[in-house]
Order: sequence, then C-alpha cells, then structure tokens
Amino acid sequence: MTDPHLLSLTVNGAEHEVVVEPRRTLADVLRHDLRLTGTHVGCEHGVCGACTVLLDDAPVRACLVFAVQAEGSEVRTVESLAGPDGGLSDLQQAFTDHHALQCGFCTPGFLLLAEGVLAEQPDASREEVREALSANLCRCTGYQTIVDAVCATARARQEAR
Amino acid sequence: MTSTPTVPADADPDRPERGDHPGDHPGHHPPSTGPRFDGHRGRWVGASVPRHEDPRLLTGRGRFVDDIALSGMLHAGFVRATVAHARLTGIDLTATREVEGVVAAYDAADLALGDIVAILDRPAEEFTPTAMPILAKDKVRFVGEPVALVVARDPYAVEDGIEAAQVSYDVLDAVTGEESALASDAPRVHDEAPDNVLLDVSMFDTPGVDEAFADAAVTVDVVTRSGRQNALPLETRGVVAAWDARDDQLHVATTTQVPHQVRTVLARCLDVPERTVRVTVPDMGGGFGQKCVVGREEIAAAAAAKRLDRPVKWIEDRREALTAGFLAREQRYRTRAAFDADGQITALDVDIVCDMGAYSCYPFTAGIEPLMASAEMPSVYRVPAYRVRGRALTSNKAPTAPYRGVSRPQYVVAIERVMERAARELGLDPVEVRRRNVITQFPYTGVNGVTYDPGTYRESLDLAEATMRDEGWYEERDRAAAQGRHLGIGYCCFSERTGYGSEAFAKRRMTVVPGFDISEIRMDTSGAVVVTSGTMNHGQSHETTFAQIVADRLGIDVGLVKLRQGDTERISYGWGTFASRSVTIGGSAVALASERLGELLCRIAAHLLETRPENVALDGDGGVVQLDDPTRRLSFTDIADVAHLRAHLLPKDVDPTLTATASFDVPGDGTFSNATHAVVVEADPGTGQVRILRYACVEDCGVVVHPQVVDGQCRGGIAQGIAGALFEEVTYDSHGEPSAASFIDYLVPTASEIPDVSIAHLETPCAFTANGAKGAGEGGTIGAPAAVLNAVNDALRDTGVELDSTPIHPWTVLAALEGTP
Ligand code: FES
Ligand code: FES
Repeated sequence: MTDPHLLSLTVNGAEHEVVVEPRRTLADVLRHDLRLTGTHVGCEHGVCGACTVLLDDAPVRACLVFAVQAEGSEVRTVESLAGPDGGLSDLQQAFTDHHALQCGFCTPGFLLLAEGVLAEQPDASREEVREALSANLCRCTGYQTIVDAVCATARARQEAR
Repeated sequence: MTSTPTVPADADPDRPERGDHPGDHPGHHPPSTGPRFDGHRGRWVGASVPRHEDPRLLTGRGRFVDDIALSGMLHAGFVRATVAHARLTGIDLTATREVEGVVAAYDAADLALGDIVAILDRPAEEFTPTAMPILAKDKVRFVGEPVALVVARDPYAVEDGIEAAQVSYDVLDAVTGEESALASDAPRVHDEAPDNVLLDVSMFDTPGVDEAFADAAVTVDVVTRSGRQNALPLETRGVVAAWDARDDQLHVATTTQVPHQVRTVLARCLDVPERTVRVTVPDMGGGFGQKCVVGREEIAAAAAAKRLDRPVKWIEDRREALTAGFLAREQRYRTRAAFDADGQITALDVDIVCDMGAYSCYPFTAGIEPLMASAEMPSVYRVPAYRVRGRALTSNKAPTAPYRGVSRPQYVVAIERVMERAARELGLDPVEVRRRNVITQFPYTGVNGVTYDPGTYRESLDLAEATMRDEGWYEERDRAAAQGRHLGIGYCCFSERTGYGSEAFAKRRMTVVPGFDISEIRMDTSGAVVVTSGTMNHGQSHETTFAQIVADRLGIDVGLVKLRQGDTERISYGWGTFASRSVTIGGSAVALASERLGELLCRIAAHLLETRPENVALDGDGGVVQLDDPTRRLSFTDIADVAHLRAHLLPKDVDPTLTATASFDVPGDGTFSNATHAVVVEADPGTGQVRILRYACVEDCGVVVHPQVVDGQCRGGIAQGIAGALFEEVTYDSHGEPSAASFIDYLVPTASEIPDVSIAHLETPCAFTANGAKGAGEGGTIGAPAAVLNAVNDALRDTGVELDSTPIHPWTVLAALEGTP
C-alpha cells in the first residue's frame, strides 16, 4: 500500500512530476513537495476549507483528495491568483479593501472558494454568496466582510461584462 | 520635499560657515504656515490605511509555522493518554522505535525535563500549587495528555510509530465536573489538592450585604453556567525547533502569543541559560488566548531537537486541538442580588466555580478565571455591598487557558441575567432597570476597590435601545407575538478592563507579573524606521496600527515604518498579546519611543542648524524646521546621514546612530472600554433553533486608531460570542471521554449562522495611553452571550421558562416552546 507512484500534474500552469505514496494528500504534495505553502491545512477532515484549491476549475478540499487522484489534472492555488502585472487580483484587492482577513490563515481557501462561486454563479445574490461561503470556516472576521468583498467583486465583474 | 544631503564632508560642527550649512538653501522647503505639527493628531491615526499584512497573506506568501521546512528536518507527534485518569503502569516504546522511519521515541524519564509550574503568592488555604510535567510521569489526568514523543522522518511514519506504542494504565475514577470534584469521596486529580480545589478566595465581604438582603424589596437568585469551549484558532499550535551550533542556541519558531514567556519556561525546563534559547513567532493564524500560555508540546519537541541535533517539527492536528489543546470557559455562578423598590441594586452575593481542568496554566495559574470574575463582577453597575467567593477546581479534562474575554463573558451573563430577572420581578423594563443602576459619574471607585476611568455606559445603552426602537423592532416583536411567533429583543451593557498593567496584575498576587511592554525604534540612513514591540500580533493588524502611531509621532509616511515583533533576540523582554493590551500598552511604548527619536532628531538638527534646541521642531513632513526661520530645515535623511556616516559632526553628547527605546506600563487600575449590544432573535418552534435577525453594537474603545480594524475586532469577537451562546461545547462522559474530536461534533458557526453586525462608535479618549486608545480585542466576545441569552428569554417570555446557561441547545428551546399556551 505504500508503493511509491510517479505522479504528474499541472499546478498553476507548470507541469510537475512527484514521487508519492498512494496515501499522500494533494494538500501535502502542494505544500511540502512543491513548496506551495499558500494552501493551508486547518483540519485535515474536510470541514474548514482552508485547503481549498481549484481542481480543473472546481473548488475542492485538497486534504480530502489523494494526490494520485489529481493525476493529469490542472490545479490552481492561491499563488496563481495575482493579476497579470503581479499585483493583486480584483478579488484579492476587494479582500484588502473590505478588511476580509485578519490572521489570513483562512484567506487562501476563501479566495479559491470565492473564485469557484463567482465562476459558477456570476449573478449570485448576497444571500447566495453567503450560503456558498458557508462551506469554509473563518475564526477571526465574523464573515461579514468576506461576504462584502466577494459581493463587491461579483458586482464589478458584472459591470465589466 | 526633502533636500539632498548637503552637509559638507569637511565641515567642523563647532565653527560652521553659515552659507555651507545644511538647511541654509532657500527654496527647498516652503516656509511652514498654519499650526505647529502635533504628532498626537497626525494624518494616519483614525484612517483605515491599507493593512501592511495583507499583500503577503493574500498571495500565499505569509509564513506560518507549518510552512517552515529546514534541511534534515524530522517530524514529531505524541502518544497520548486514552483514559482520563490513571496511574501509568508501563510505557513500552520498543515497537515504536522499530517502525520504519522512526528516529527516536521518548517518555518522561528519557527526556528528564523540568515541570511547568505556575504559582500565586497566596497562603495554602487559598491556593494549591501543582506542576504540569512536559510528558506525563506517574499519572495521566485527561484524555489526550502527552505520554511519549515520537520523532520520525515524516508525519506518516510518526503516526505509525504512535500506533505501535504500548501504554498500560491502572485506571482511576474520573473527576468530570463540579459535583464529582467536590464529592466527599471524590478521586484526587492531584495529591496536593485533596479536595480538588486549586484556588478558593473570598475576595470581598463588604459591610451591609446581609442587611441589604433583609431589607430588599426584591431579591433574585440565579444560577448561570457556560459550557466548555475551544478558542479554536484556525491554525493549530505548532513548532519547529533546531539547534544552531554557531549561535550556541536552540532556535524555536512557534505559535505563541507570549514568546518571551516560552523562552523563560523552556530554558528552565531544559535547565540551560536563557541566552541559549531563541523564540521566534512566524505569521500566526489566530490565538484568542489559547496561545497565551506556555504549552508542553513545544517544549518536548524543542528538547528532542536539541538532543538529536536535528530540526524537529510538531504540528498539532485538529483532533489534538479539540481534545488536548487548552480549552476554556466552563464556569458556574450562583448570583443573589437585592434590589430596593426603585429598582436599585443594594447588594450582590456571588459564588463562582470554574472548572479549570487537569492543570494550572503558565503564567496565569488556575486562579485567573475566578480572580478576574471576583474582582470585576459588579460590572457597569453601582453595587453598594458585595460578597464573593471564587473557586478553581481541577478535573480530568483538558486544561484551560484564558480565552478572549476571560471570565467576563460569564460574569456579564450572570449580572445581566440578574438585571433581567429583577426587571420582571419589579414589573419594569429591563433597559430601565439597567439605567437606574449604571455608573454615570467618572472616575468611579466601586465596592470592589477598582477605579473606572470615564466611559459611555449610559450613552451606549441609550443609543442601542434607540436603535432598536427607531428600526421598529418593538412593533415587530408585538406583530410576531400576535402571529404566534417567538421574537425577542435582548441587551447587554458591559465594560472591559483593557491593558492591565503590572499594578493591576500584582493585585492578583501572581509571582510572575505581566504588565509593561517595551519598544526600540531605529531610523536608518534612508529615513526608514524599524520599530520593535514586545506584543505579538496574530490577526490584530499591529504592523499597520503601530506604524500609524509611529508615522504620526514622527511626521513621516506610514509606509516608511516596519514593525518587528516575535523574536526574543530583537526584543529584550515583553509580555506578548492578550487582555486587549497591545494598543494600550504596546502602542504607548511605541509612541513614547517615537517621541524620543523625534527629540533626538531635533537635538541633532538644532546643533547642525546652530540654533537652540527650543528653536526647532518636527515639521510633520519628514524633517526638522527652525521655528524662527522656517526656510531653514533639515530632512530626516540629512540628519540620518550625519548620525551614521559623518558622526564627527554630531553634538559631543549625542551617540551615533538614531535609536531610542521606551517602556510603558499602565498605572493603577487600567482603562475600561465599554459597549452595549442589542440583539433580535426568533426561536423556531419546529426545530428549537434560534435565528439572529438583527445585531447592533454600540462601543467605546476610546480613540480609534484604524476604524476597519476595530470593527473587525468587534465583529470577529461577536461571532465567537455567538458561537459560545448557541453552538459550541466540549462535553465529557462520566469516564472523562471528550465528545468532540472533530468539526463534525464541535459545531463552529459559518457565514450562514453569523449575522451582519452594525457598529456605532462613541469615543471617550483614555487619559494615559498613546492617542487615547483603549483596548478593542475582546469586547465583542464578552457582550454577545448575555445579549443573545436575554433575547432568547424575551422570545420565550410567555412560556414561563428562564434559560440562564450557554450554549442554548435547540432541545431546551423546544422544551420551553412545548409548554407555550
Ligand atoms: S484542511 Fe481541508 S477542509 Fe480543513
Ligand atoms: S482571518 Fe483568521 S481565520 Fe479567517
């Protein structure tokens, strides 16, 4: 069961090959093998959402996905979100404008979750955004400003459409 | 606006040529007009400037403890007790050591470390000292207690090694609550405390208590309880420790709110000079008090790193965090109160019991909760006579740490339930009863001997009530009742001592007395500033707010200021972040150091401008100006250039470089923030669930340094208070087995359960802190449980049921509603 496996996957547009044990999670591969430590781990049992990444554009919990399940897939992490000039993306900017982060530990997970939500429901109402964001936990903010930031981004993107 | 440095290389400061002197170049700086620059009223404090912390945290470039990877690093984990109370009869790590990938396994005897001991300077009848070993020695006292340490090449091998360990127990009966702790035949958690009481203090028994009860028009007698809770920082605890041979030092990067206290305890446990330990703190994903005490695991992991001469990492998993991390909050109050016919409280008689779990925490001890509650229980009300007894019990549950608010959420529930009960007995509106009792004259010295500095107790209450009335919630409540719905409005009025100084903590008779903090500020040749603080940010935005304070004091751009904290090599000693002390104490030290640097800059400038020191001042734009001739000015870079690169030009009595230090301690009883929370809830007769329809907070934390940050502290605190009021509880069965080992069983509220919160600010500047700020970290958590509880009781007002405990379970609400006519 611990036979190593040669895994290839695409992360933030770059191809990687990693030798992993079958029980190694995607979160561990991202954080410890690829050293993309922006993806955080808060529970390792699929509830807190701090480890949320996009797997082929859909938000998943990287602590629940075995790395081998991501074979051949395209993974996006917080490290890929910055704008083309290397500056903050519109969503990241909205998070700082609205003070949607305090300690910042939940933030990468919320950013990726929100990107998934905005892609899937670009016209979501505040209540729908709130509902969708209740997939992840934040212990610092009380959520209000996270909802504010995501709604503001949704509005701005609607206007730009 | 600054000039290029123009000090001539060969200038002799004693006989300068006027025309060659810096600042003597007309036209580089406009003559200043208007009022003199005042660093207390600058452009940054009061503005929501972009947070300095955000760019790295938003882009995945923060560095949290688990992000650290050192070459050759090993991983650690703990074999933990599977029973709550037992004698250890054997620990066999032979099989563990044979597991592939395991490098070492240690029990207490192998590591031979000193214990963690926190004591109070109180007589034996009041306080019983107990020791917390790093690894369990002869006994285990709670499920999850660390028994042995396994070090392996990766975390998966650590788990395999833990599984292979054989621990045998001689199981004892467990103490799982007040009743079982105080029973005459109760098992002893610690032999030193035969009655399972670690602290028993009757802090006040002022004259007139019994007379007031005898003469009372109305007396109320209420028992309030709060469930055991987890502060639950989203980042669990962790450490990376490595021996550095070059520095002859153990470098310990760890998640702590109190780096210097970790250094002190670690050095003592290892019996090494404190110099040989360096504690640093990376970015930290919350703490809320759980990380303001010294834990055992970081010390065990550090000891292993030293012994193996290899870096060792330990990251707490969520199961450990929920069952074996420091917990909080489990308390029971019996509060009797006497009122006269006018609804004025005439006496308070309180019995407080706090279940502190298996061990006393360092540095606060098991006494922290009952002592805090005993000292401050009269809250915002004028209580003329007061009697209180506070006890700390030990039990076979995970030990506790002071969680955001410490005993205040609980004693505020007790006194606010008293107000509500009295209102009902007296046939008065509960807000009116509060109004008749609330302190309005300041400074006010209470029956508890505490002097309260000015606040807006009455004003916040009035504004909160007006908000509810103006928004039509009272009509809505009547309409709902007419439709058979259960809607209620609840209030909580409270104050919170913030920034306890040494004097206030010394009154608790701690032998380790927190209080002061320190700061060092340095300006480099580019005019940029590095400032240190002994406080420890873990989400509160110190890098931004402290920079605002410094930038204003010096009159520079906030972007020029970099805060450094969380490194015992850079900061000689500090007390970290807890008790809403950072902006009050740390911020004041930073302000004072900045002022001293400003004075130094002025002194050097006066010398270089050849004028009297009184004839120069900071100009608010990164320079020093000559007052009688504003065309003569030196920029900070001009001065910094001299101070570092041409020190021969300095005045003879000024040392080279631009460095200033300061310390600050809060005098007397400290400063009190205050607030009133108003909540509207609806109880669902189908599910028993309570939904919050409206949450309004009116708060006063003095001068607000950063409005967004203060609002964020309020909202985050309120969310945690709501969590305690409605959702979260760690329960134990009669064997001491904890119920909640994952987020499936420990219900943390999400965006769907936490409502939007409106915040209104009143501003009563503190007379003695930098900028007049008071602490803002804990208030939200303090007010929410009582406000929610009162609102639920109001919603259930026709059922005859009174709920006095948190969390409010759906089944208790259902039971109440089933009795509704
Ligand atoms: S770490 Fe994956 S959901 Fe919590
Ligand atoms: S900002 Fe700290 S957990 Fe969300």
